[in-house]
Amino acid sequence: MSRYKNILFLVTVLVVQIIGLAVQIRRPNPTSADAPAVRLIRYWAIGLMSPPEKVIHGGGTGLRGLWSNYLDLRHVRQQNQELREQVGRLQLEQATLLEDARQGQRLQQLLAFKEHYIYSTVPTQVIGTSGTDQSRILYVDKGAKDGLKPDMAVITPDGIVGKLKDVFAHTSQVLVISDQTSGAGVLLESTRLRGVLRGNALGQPQIINMLPDDRVKPGERVITSGGDQIYPRGLPVGIVDRVVADTQNPPYLDIIIKPAANLGHLEELLVITQASDHMPEKEKQDLAQSAAEGAAVSQRRASDILAERLPGLNDPNAVVDPKQDQKHSDAAAAAAAAAIPPKLHPPPTLHADHYSPDATPPANALTPGHAIVDPRYAPEPGAQPRVGTTADSKPTAAKTTARSPEPNGDTAAEGASAKPPAHHPATSPAVPGQEASPGTAHPAAKPKTPKAPPTDQPAEAAPAPEPSTAPPAPAGDGGPPQ
Amino acid sequence: MAISASAARRELDVQRYPLLVVVLVPLSAIFVQALIPRFIPRFDILDLPLLVTIYFAVGWRNPIAGTVTGAVIGLIQDALTNRPLGINGISQCVVGFLAASLGVKIDVENPGTRLLINFAFTLLNIGIYLFILHHMLAQNLGTNWLHEVIKAVINSIVGVFFFDILDRVRPRD
Repeated sequence: MSRYKNILFLVTVLVVQIIGLAVQIRRPNPTSADAPAVRLIRYWAIGLMSPPEKVIHGGGTGLRGLWSNYLDLRHVRQQNQELREQVGRLQLEQATLLEDARQGQRLQQLLAFKEHYIYSTVPTQVIGTSGTDQSRILYVDKGAKDGLKPDMAVITPDGIVGKLKDVFAHTSQVLVISDQTSGAGVLLESTRLRGVLRGNALGQPQIINMLPDDRVKPGERVITSGGDQIYPRGLPVGIVDRVVADTQNPPYLDIIIKPAANLGHLEELLVITQASDHMPEKEKQDLAQSAAEGAAVSQRRASDILAERLPGLNDPNAVVDPKQDQKHSDAAAAAAAAAIPPKLHPPPTLHADHYSPDATPPANALTPGHAIVDPRYAPEPGAQPRVGTTADSKPTAAKTTARSPEPNGDTAAEGASAKPPAHHPATSPAVPGQEASPGTAHPAAKPKTPKAPPTDQPAEAAPAPEPSTAPPAPAGDGGPPQ
Repeated sequence: MAISASAARRELDVQRYPLLVVVLVPLSAIFVQALIPRFIPRFDILDLPLLVTIYFAVGWRNPIAGTVTGAVIGLIQDALTNRPLGINGISQCVVGFLAASLGVKIDVENPGTRLLINFAFTLLNIGIYLFILHHMLAQNLGTNWLHEVIKAVINSIVGVFFFDILDRVRPRD
């Protein structure tokens, strides 16, 4: 018997541990909380390890704080200034996105969609790990006394890290997303494919059991879907690293993810202790502040643009700071250059007539009862003077006649629909065949006249001189538009 | 006659350690193993508690002591993970038993022997661990055998130097 005592002892120890394993696995849900006896053993082990870990962590933090807060203060002012500028820039960007966000919220309300806002978080420090690559576990220095509970999401500003598993009084266990027993609902941002994220044997997070899809490309962003009721929707998870075939479950694929949070060097974590359907007050205040600052900037730009367009608004006697003025004017000029449409310049006139810009003399140069004599329209020497047509109707009449000898042509038809001219001695035909049709005498029938005068018929286009006795043409009745 | 010779050799070569060393060295190994991966993530490929189990088992040359040492260290390791208690406990108590049994028969002071037994026992420990996980607990988890072999190689190399350090805490006769 003494010869087999060693092997009997080994068998006894093995049997006891196997029974212990069977008791632990017997629970209906193996992922639920441990049995009290197991929890007690874990509590003892963690109680044994965590105090020295906390001491070392505290000592290291103290030394690092002493160095970074009191000794190594180079470039702090510059960094502070850069951070302030970054905050201002981000607030402006936030303001520009505010309207889109509000629209999204309205649409979500219409769809009765529940948005989860991160309402409160508890910052924690990593003090230790499980120490084995078979189990990706972290230990943090906050526990149930700080309001932590199992299944709370753990994140960093870069992305999700994991969830709380066992929570003790002053210490908690974080199950990292790279563990093989973890799970998180995720969404590929551009293709909108959903999947379950868990770790693989090498400790890389991967989306498992994905059907082959050519749209999934490396570099695509992955976010939380919110379907697991642990991680709020929309938190960054990482980017697609590569797609590999699942050798155990063909034809499914595994999508290896490069995590957004640096899972290898985690120090400070945030535990989401409360998520709500409503936006937190602090976030509302930030948004309101951003909106106000954005509006102020927009208004300032608008006033600059207005001042640029209306120089009379500027008080010439106002005392201005030259530097400030220079800065404002530079910014305003850049904004105004993009905002003010360029002035429209009509193309130069090929053949000027009295419809052309600046062809009509100013009103104070005119004499009542006298015809406008434009030297450009002066009759050529030896030309037959024509009597009885107004200055404005003659070119059109001549041109119309040249284009369409029949008085019932197109131009006549247009003129027929317009107001017929009053009978006037000046409009009475003097030469047969050169009768001005009623339509051609009306300005409504003349839009084509200044557009394209025939260049090969200058004699026809030249109007005959008006007799000095001819009364001025009534406005709207053959008179030139002023 | 043969039995009495073996017993005499065991009595002659058995190592005795102070209780403080026996308690503090395993605890320190577990502590360092849990702390260092926070700063050096790849450190978790090492298994210092397993090396301590092997070292004490082959030094004591007592299978019962090796079994108990392996079971206790393995259970503490299990308690720090999210897995059921006993997976590492079972695998390490088997390793402790076999290492103590082997220590009676071979010279464990030789660095080459240490390299080989560390490699073999690390692989055995991983094999038992994965067998329990996959076949007794029916957990469908992936395994990368290349990674496990690399892990065994690294453990065996580090173990040679680690054993040399532990030799220094052994009281001289």
